[in-house]
Amino acid sequence: MSDSTCRSESSNGAVFDEQDRAIVLATQSGLPLVSDPWGAVGAQVDMSAEEVRRRMQRMQETGVIRRIAAVPNHYRLGYVANGMTVWDIEDDEIDRMGREVARHPGVSHCYRRPRHLPEWPYNLFAMLHGRSREEVERQADELAALLGHACRDHQILYSSRILKKTGLRLAVDSPGRT
Amino acid sequence: MPLSDKSRGTGAAVELDALDRRILNRLQDGLPIVEAPFAVVAQELEIEEQMLLERLNDLRESGVLSRFGPMYHAERLGGGLTLAAMSIPEIYFNAVAEEVNAFAEVAHNYRREHRLNMWFVLATETPERIGDVIAAIEAATGYPVYNMPKQEEFHVRLHLPV
Repeated sequence: MSDSTCRSESSNGAVFDEQDRAIVLATQSGLPLVSDPWGAVGAQVDMSAEEVRRRMQRMQETGVIRRIAAVPNHYRLGYVANGMTVWDIEDDEIDRMGREVARHPGVSHCYRRPRHLPEWPYNLFAMLHGRSREEVERQADELAALLGHACRDHQILYSSRILKKTGLRLAVDSPGRT
Repeated sequence: MPLSDKSRGTGAAVELDALDRRILNRLQDGLPIVEAPFAVVAQELEIEEQMLLERLNDLRESGVLSRFGPMYHAERLGGGLTLAAMSIPEIYFNAVAEEVNAFAEVAHNYRREHRLNMWFVLATETPERIGDVIAAIEAATGYPVYNMPKQEEFHVRLHLPV
């Protein structure tokens, strides 16, 4: 199976072609902040504004684009405490509990991930953002109360240094790229 | 250890006026993919489109916005994505961080306060490449890598009320 064939369909079967790929590459670092952003992108990828808009709409419908949005810098907004909370949840409770945790307004990302016993017993990850560690801890307490006996243990891992942040450069192949 | 401005490359919290806040709160929820999207949002906010664009440009230039644009779903584009962690002895931490960061597939890398003290996101062109890169990092550093790919996504929606 070649890379290009495996990548030409997204998980729900929608076709993702070379033109879509060109749009992704042109917009992955941002959308032009102009009145007609689709036309500005189109000028870069040699498509009409209409074509760019239609394709981006379809990518959003198929989930390739989660949404087109403003991504704030946490720190600049005063959200200086960013805690990765990790939870050891009973396996047969995790689907229900994951959905509960995800509903909490302070949680930005929530995933089930594998344990690595004995070193790492935690299978549910939820990112919390606060203006102080106290605020993050308060939110974590709320989650702990929500989870009750389904949760055996939890921790908050604060980031203390960014070692690298290049941003996600998406894995979009182009012909001739090795 | 306090975060220095330099290490996170972000700067201090800034003062935002009421309009900046309304714009940020509205546009964290998403831009509609319609013919004149900023005009539509400006109308909702009861301001001129030109004012909205100017404010957004300023917010981006001052670093309040790290970006404005489509958030792509890496796996649906055919790529591989995972979270991985390592436990590195303090005296070797900086040296190992350099070795890990040298891999182009390492997108973000954070030091965290835990025995597992290095946490990074790997993004690869194909899902199959994740295992190769993890093996290469283990070989380069001599430390095990704990691979923690997501098994289920319950929520991804960053919204910071301002």
